[in-house]
Amino acid sequence: MMASGYNAKEEDGHHSGAPGNGGAGAVKSKKPDNTAFKQQRLPAWQPILTAGTVLPAFFVIGLIFIPIGIGLFVTSNNIKEFEIDYTGIEASSPCYNCAQNYSWNSTSSCTCKVPFTLEQPFESNVFMYYGLSNFYQNHRRYVKSRDDSQLNGDLTSLKSPSKECDPYRTSDGLPIGLPIAPCGAIANSLFNDTLELYHLSNGTRTAVVLMKKGIAWWTDKHVKFRNPGGNDNLTLAFQGTSKPVNWRTPVFELDPNDPDNNGFINEDFIVWMRTAALPTFRKLYRIIQKKVDAPTLASGKYELEVSYNYPVRSFDGRKRVILSTISWMGGKNPFLGIAYITVGSVCFFLAVVLLIIHHKYDNRCSSADIPN
Amino acid sequence: MERLHWLGQRCQQMVDQGGARGWYSAPDGPLGAGGCPATCRLSGKRRTVIARRGPYQAEYRAISREYQGNAIRTTKYSLLTFIPINLFQQFRRVANLYFLFLVLLNWVPAVEAFQKEITMVPLLVVLIAIAFKDALEDYRRYLFDKTVNHSLVRVYCSKQKAYIDQHWQDVRVGDFIRLSCNEIIPADVLLLYSSDPRGICYIETANLDGETNLKQRRVVSDLPLQGSELTPESFYCRIECENPNNDLGRFRGYMEHSSKVRVGLHNDNLLLRSCTVRNTQTVVGLVVYAGHETKAMKNNSGPRYKQSRLEKRLNRDVLWCVILLFSMCLTAAIGHGLWLQRWTDPIYSIAEQVSPTLAGFYVFWTMIIVLQVLIPISLYVSIEIVKLGQIYFIQNDLALYSEQLDSGIQCRALNITEDLGQIQYLFSDKTGTLTENKMVFQCCTIHGVQYPHTQNARRLALYEEDVAGVPGRSLTLRSGCSVRSLSCRSMSCGHSSTSLHSLTREEEEEEEEPQGGAPCSRMAKEVIPDPELLKKMSCLQATSLCGAEACCLQATSLCGAEASCLQATSLCGAEASCVQATSLCGAEASCVQATSLCGAEASCLQATSLCGAEASLELNSIVDFFLALAVCNSVVVSSSGRACHTHADLPHNLTSRLLAQGEAGPRGVSGALGAAGVQGEVGSSTTATPSQAGASRESTQLGPGTDLVRSNVALENPRDPTAVVLTDMGNREEGVGAVGAPNVGTEPLRVSSLEDPAFCHSGPTAANEQLIYEAESPDELALVHAARAYNCTLRGRSGDELAVELPGAAGRLHVRLLHVLPFDCTRRRMSVVVRHPLTGRLVLYTKGADSVIMELSEHPDVPAGEGYVKIREQTQNHLDVYARDGLRTLCIAQRVLEEDDYRAWQKGQLLAETSIENREELLLESAQRLETNLTLLGATGIVDRLQEEVPETIEALQRAGIKVWVLTGDKQETAVNIACACKLLGPDDQILNANCGSKDACDALLQDLLSEVRGTGEGPGRPTLGEDKALPAAAVGGFVLVIDGRTLEWALQDELKGGFLELSRQCKAVLCCRSTPLQKSQVVQLVRSQLSVMTLAIGDGANDVSMIQVADVGIGISGQEGMQAVMSSDFAISRFKHLRKLLLVHGHWCYSRLANMILYFFYKNVMYVNLLFWYQFISGFSGSVMTNSWILILFNLLFTSVPPLVYGVLDRHTPADTLMERPELYSSRPSSKVK
Repeated sequence: MMASGYNAKEEDGHHSGAPGNGGAGAVKSKKPDNTAFKQQRLPAWQPILTAGTVLPAFFVIGLIFIPIGIGLFVTSNNIKEFEIDYTGIEASSPCYNCAQNYSWNSTSSCTCKVPFTLEQPFESNVFMYYGLSNFYQNHRRYVKSRDDSQLNGDLTSLKSPSKECDPYRTSDGLPIGLPIAPCGAIANSLFNDTLELYHLSNGTRTAVVLMKKGIAWWTDKHVKFRNPGGNDNLTLAFQGTSKPVNWRTPVFELDPNDPDNNGFINEDFIVWMRTAALPTFRKLYRIIQKKVDAPTLASGKYELEVSYNYPVRSFDGRKRVILSTISWMGGKNPFLGIAYITVGSVCFFLAVVLLIIHHKYDNRCSSADIPN
Repeated sequence: MERLHWLGQRCQQMVDQGGARGWYSAPDGPLGAGGCPATCRLSGKRRTVIARRGPYQAEYRAISREYQGNAIRTTKYSLLTFIPINLFQQFRRVANLYFLFLVLLNWVPAVEAFQKEITMVPLLVVLIAIAFKDALEDYRRYLFDKTVNHSLVRVYCSKQKAYIDQHWQDVRVGDFIRLSCNEIIPADVLLLYSSDPRGICYIETANLDGETNLKQRRVVSDLPLQGSELTPESFYCRIECENPNNDLGRFRGYMEHSSKVRVGLHNDNLLLRSCTVRNTQTVVGLVVYAGHETKAMKNNSGPRYKQSRLEKRLNRDVLWCVILLFSMCLTAAIGHGLWLQRWTDPIYSIAEQVSPTLAGFYVFWTMIIVLQVLIPISLYVSIEIVKLGQIYFIQNDLALYSEQLDSGIQCRALNITEDLGQIQYLFSDKTGTLTENKMVFQCCTIHGVQYPHTQNARRLALYEEDVAGVPGRSLTLRSGCSVRSLSCRSMSCGHSSTSLHSLTREEEEEEEEPQGGAPCSRMAKEVIPDPELLKKMSCLQATSLCGAEACCLQATSLCGAEASCLQATSLCGAEASCVQATSLCGAEASCVQATSLCGAEASCLQATSLCGAEASLELNSIVDFFLALAVCNSVVVSSSGRACHTHADLPHNLTSRLLAQGEAGPRGVSGALGAAGVQGEVGSSTTATPSQAGASRESTQLGPGTDLVRSNVALENPRDPTAVVLTDMGNREEGVGAVGAPNVGTEPLRVSSLEDPAFCHSGPTAANEQLIYEAESPDELALVHAARAYNCTLRGRSGDELAVELPGAAGRLHVRLLHVLPFDCTRRRMSVVVRHPLTGRLVLYTKGADSVIMELSEHPDVPAGEGYVKIREQTQNHLDVYARDGLRTLCIAQRVLEEDDYRAWQKGQLLAETSIENREELLLESAQRLETNLTLLGATGIVDRLQEEVPETIEALQRAGIKVWVLTGDKQETAVNIACACKLLGPDDQILNANCGSKDACDALLQDLLSEVRGTGEGPGRPTLGEDKALPAAAVGGFVLVIDGRTLEWALQDELKGGFLELSRQCKAVLCCRSTPLQKSQVVQLVRSQLSVMTLAIGDGANDVSMIQVADVGIGISGQEGMQAVMSSDFAISRFKHLRKLLLVHGHWCYSRLANMILYFFYKNVMYVNLLFWYQFISGFSGSVMTNSWILILFNLLFTSVPPLVYGVLDRHTPADTLMERPELYSSRPSSKVK
C-alpha cells in the first residue's frame, strides 16, 4: 500500500505543463555507481549439499543429540511424581459420597480422606499440585472475564469493574447491584477444595507441613496484584463490594491469619487467576520444604484429607493431587529427552545409510560438486 | 521510414475503433504535420476565440465564460478536502476495506476477539502512512504548480498599449502574448506573427515528448497583417476551432476575417504549451486553449499499469486463502456448537445461555477476526515494495548502462519485473532495434545505372572498426550538436529574455543535446562520392559551362559581370589578381584551361558526347535525382548563420548571397577545397593551382574532400599565403576549368565576406560554423548528406523557399516550395511540388517505398518509350541487389507538371486544406491525385549497421528457449540478410518462404509447409498440438519461416491463423517482412492469446508502439527515432544487447525472488494461522488465542515483514555470471510457469 501511489511520471519530473525542468540533472552523468551493493555483488553464501557436507553434519547432529536426549531422559526419570485422583466418580472412591452430594450452596464442607502409599522417599523440596481436567480455562470469554486494574488495587475499578467481567460484574448480575470484588468468571470459579496431607506411621497421624506462600510468581504477587488501599484493614477496603457468586467467603477472608496473603494477594487466588493454556492442567498448591536430616516425604503410608467443595461433574472433569519433586529441567517431562534421542538416532541412522550409499555408488573422484 | 507506415496504420486503427481508445498520440513534426486522414469526427461543439483586448470586448466576455484560465492545479487535494478525499481514495482498495471490515466486526460485542482498539492499529498505521505520503506528494505538486503559475510572460495590455509582464496564471484565452527565443510557451497559442520574414517559428517539444529536434510552425496563412508586427487592437478576426482535446498532432479550425473570408487553421499554426521557442527572435500569438485545456495538460496521464501474470496467479491464491479461511472458521463454528452441547452448565462458562447454534455463529465471525492473518493483505504492499527494490537494482546495473549515450535503463512500468523472467516469445523490430539506425548513404542507382560507391563502402567498413576501438564517440557527437544551442544563446544575450528559465536551461542544454533525436555524427555526413558519378556530374558542368557563350553569359549574369568583379577587386584590394580574374574570365581561356588542366582529352570528349540527347537526359536525371534528395524532405537546417537570418534576411539577391557566406562562414574557402578534393580524385591534383592549395591550408576542412586528398594538395604546393586574397572570379574559373568543380558558384563573394567583419560571423566562433541538419527520420538525413556530397547542398529552409546549391547552375538557388505532401500511411511516400530552379517548370518530386513508387511510375507522363522501361527494369534489378545486401531502399521519382493541371489541382488542394471536416481524407485523396504518372529517377541504398553484440544476444536468447520473431517493414531480402547477420538464421537452417497472393493459396501454402516441416524434421512420436516441445530446433538445423506482409494478412485471418500458428510453432524463428505496424501488433496479439504464452516486444520507433503496447512486456529502445516507443514501453533500454542481461539475469532473479517471496509469505501466514487453528481444538473452539493479541495483529505488519522483503530484493538464486553463461537456465523458469 505504501508504494501503490508511486508515480513513474513524477519521478522523471512532471512531464507536461512543466516549464524548464527538462534539463534538470542532465549535467550529471547517469552512470550508476559501481558499488558492491548497487551492482548486487554483496558477499553471499549458498550451501550446496554434497556428501562431503551432509554426512558429517548428520553424524555430528546424531552424536550431539543422543547424549543430550539420554541426559534429559534420565533426569526426567529421576524425578519422583505421585498422582492421586480424588474426583470420586467410582463408587469405590472415598470421595464418592462427597461428589454425589455436592452443591455450591452447602455451607458445611464434605470431607473425605484418601489414603495412599509412597513406595520411595521424596528428597528435596516436594511440590504439591492440584490438577483439573476438562476444565477449559482457555475459553476465550472465560480468559477475558477479569479486570486487571481492579486486581491491581485500583479503587475506581473496585467500585465499577470493567465490562469484561459481565455477567460477574455486579451481584445479581444487575447494574444496580454491588460490584463484585474480584469480578469476572475466573475469580468466580476459584478452586476451593482444601487439601491436607498426613503421614501415617506407626499408627500416628502426623500432619505434613505445607507452605502456602511462595507458590505464585513474584511479579504477580508484588506487581500485578495489590489490595485496594494497602493491606491494612481489608474489610474496610472492600466495603461496598460483594463477594463472587460462587464464593463462600468474601475476598478479604481468604486467609484471615496472614495479612500478606489475604485479599487479592492471596497466593492461591493468584495462582488460579493465571489461566492455564490447556483444558487439562495442574496448578501449584503447596510446597513441602525439605528437611535437613530426613527425606522430605519418607516412604510409607499417607492420607490426603480433602474438604470436597469443587464440583467437576458438570463438565466431566477430574480432580487430582500431584506430589512431585523437581530437577534443573523442571517437572517430570520425558518427552524432551525422547525427542532428542529420536532425532539424534534418525540422523545417525541416515548418516550411516548415506555413507554406505555414497561409498558404494559414488564412482566419481571428487564428490565436491554436486550441482544443486 | 517505417514510422510513416505506422502512422498510416494508426489512422486505420482509429477509423476502425472510432477513436474510442485513448492512445499516445504521435507528436507532430514537419513530417506528421499534415496528420493522418480521417481521424476523428469533430464533436459537434466548437470553440470560438476572439481577441480579449480587441474590439469585441462584450462578445468576448460572453463566450469566454466557460473557458478555463491558464492557472493549473495538478494537486489532488486542498486543505479542506484532504481527509475525506484521501480516505475515500484509500478505501477504494480492497485490502483497506477488508481491514475496515475486520475492525468493524471487532466492535460487535458478541463477536469481539480482541480489545476493540487493537484491531484498528494496523489499519490506522497504514492509513496514516499513506496519507502522509500522499500529502507530501501533493505538497510538492502544489509548490511546483505555484512556480509554474507564477512564471512571467509578456501579455498585451490594452491600457498601456504594450506587452507587459504577467504571471502565467493570469493569461486568458484570447490574450495576445509575445515570446522570445528560448521562452517556454505558457498555453496553446495560435501563431500570428513571427519575426522571421517567412512567418516561421521553431519549437522544441522536449518537454512534451522528449524529442529535441526542432519543429517548424508557421504563421496562419493569408493573414492580412503579415510582415509588420501585429497590432492586437485591430485584430478583428474570429477563430473557430475544436474543443480542447488531447491529440497533440491535430488542430483544426478556421479563422474568419472581418471580411468573412475564412482561412483554415491546422496543427502547423499552433504552439503547444510547455514547448520552447527556438531560433526565432519574437513570436506573437493568440491564446486558444489555456491551463488544463491545453493539449499538453490533456495528455498528462498517469503511469501505465500492467498486471503481471504472477499477480493474477497470486489473486487466485489469495482466493484460495479466503476459502481456507472460511472452511477453518466453519470448522470452528461447528466445533464450538458441538462442544457447547456436551456441557450443561460448566463452571467456566459464562452464564448467559445461548443456543449452541447461535454461539457457533458468533464464533464463526470471531474466528474470521482471529485468523485474519491468513489473508495476506500486506503481501500486496510487500510485493510493491519488493518490486521497487528490484527496479532500483535493475536501474543501477552498470551492465545496462551505455557509456556512449549516457543512458541506462528506464523502468517505466513498476510492476512487471518478474514477467521478464518468463518470456517465451520475443518480437523484435529490425531497424533501430537490431541495427544502429544510423542511416548512412551507401550507394544509388540513377537512370538505370548503378553507382556502387565502393570507396564509400570501404570507408564504412573502416569506420566500423574505428568505432569498436574508440569509446569516446560521444564526444564528437556532442561537439557536433552543440552549435545550435550556441547560436541560440548568442541571440538571447542580445535580447534580454524574460523567460524564467532560459538562462539555466541553456547551460544544461549542451549536455542534453547528444541524446536528442538527430544524429549528427561525422559518419552520416561524410559520403565519398562515386568517381563515375562525379565524372558525369562534372561533365554536366563542363557542358553547361564550357558552352562558351552560354557559360560566360551565365557567369557574368551571376556575378553581375563588371560590377561584381569590381566589387571583388575593391574588396580584395589586389589589382593583379583582378587582372588575372578577368583574363581567366574569358570563356575561351577557361575552356582551354579546362582541357589542359584535366589532362584528359577524353573527359572533354565524353562531355561533348554526353551532350547528346540521351546523355543529356541521363544528366538531367542525375541533377533531378540529387535535387530531389535535397529538396524532398522535412529536414530542418540550422547553423550558426541562423541568427543572421533573423536579423537581416532580405529578399535581395546580393544580401542573401552574402548571407550564404555568413552561413558558410570561413568555410566558404573550404568549399573551394571541396573542389580541390574532387580534383584530386579525378586525377588532376598535380595541376591544382597554388592558390587553391593556399586556400586549403587556411581553412578547416569539412567539405566532401577527404583529408588525404587535401594533404596531398598541400604538400605538392608549398604556397604563398597571399593567394588567399586571390579573387574568387579567378578561383572559380580555375575550378570550373579544371574539373568543373561543383559548388564554385557561391564562391565569388566568399572572400569578401571574410574580409568584412560587419557580417555576422567573423569572430572566432564562426570557425565552428557548420550546417546542421535535423530530421525526424535518419533516412532523410542520410539522403540530404548524400546530396551534399554531390554538391547539391540544402543550405537553408525558410517557409516556402529552400536555398539549394546545385552543381550545374552556379550559386545559391532559391527553390520555391509550392507544396509539401507529407508522408503518410496509405501512400508510403512523400512529395514536394517545386518550381525547378533551372528549367523553371513545375516539378513534383516523390520519394517513397520502392514498391509504391515502382507501381506509380509504370506509365510516366513523359513519353520515354522503351528506354524508360529498360531503366525501370534495371533499377528494379539494382533494388533487388541492394535488398540482398541488407540495404534499405528508397525510390525517387518526379513528375513534370503542366501549369494548368497544377492550378486545377491546387484548387482542390486548397479546398481540402481549408475544410474542417474530413480534412484528412480530402488531403489524402488530393495527394493521390497528384502523385500519378511518375517518372522514375533512381533509387538509393542506405546501410544500417547491426548493433554490437546482437548475434550473441540473439543466440543466447534462443538458447534460453525464447523464440525470436523479427517483424520488419523492410523487404524480404533485406530481412533475410539481416537475420543471417544476426545469427537468427543459422547456416543449417531451412528457410520456408511464404509469399502468396490469395487466401486460398495461402491456406494451401501453409498446409504444404506444415506437412513439410512435420515430414522431414521429426520422428513419429512427436505431438502435433498441445504442449510445447522443448526445442526441436536445437537439433539439426531448424526451420525459419519467412512471411511477407501480404501473406501475413491472409494468415492472420480467423480461418487460417490456426495453421499459421501451428507452423510458426514448429519453426525456430519467424521473419515477417513488409509488415505494417497493425500487423505487428496483430501477430503479437495472436501469439499471446492463442498460445497463452508470455510475449515480449521490443522496438524503437513509433511504428512499434502498438506492438509494444499489446505485448506482455514492451521494451523500447531509446534511439534515433524519437521517444514514442520509449513513452509507451514498460522498460526502455539503449542497446539491444542489454536485453540479454535484462532477461537472463534480472528477469530470472526477479521472477525467482518474487515467486519465492510470495511462497515465503504464504508459508509464514499459513504456519501461524495453523497454530491458531489447532489451538481451537483444545480451547473449545472458542476463538481464543495463545499469544498476545498485539503479536497477532502486528504479525504481518511488523514482526515478520522484513525477512520476505529482504529475500525478495536481495536473494540471488544463481550467480549472475552463471546465468549469463548458461542461458538454458532461463528456460527452466517458464516450464514451471504460472497459468
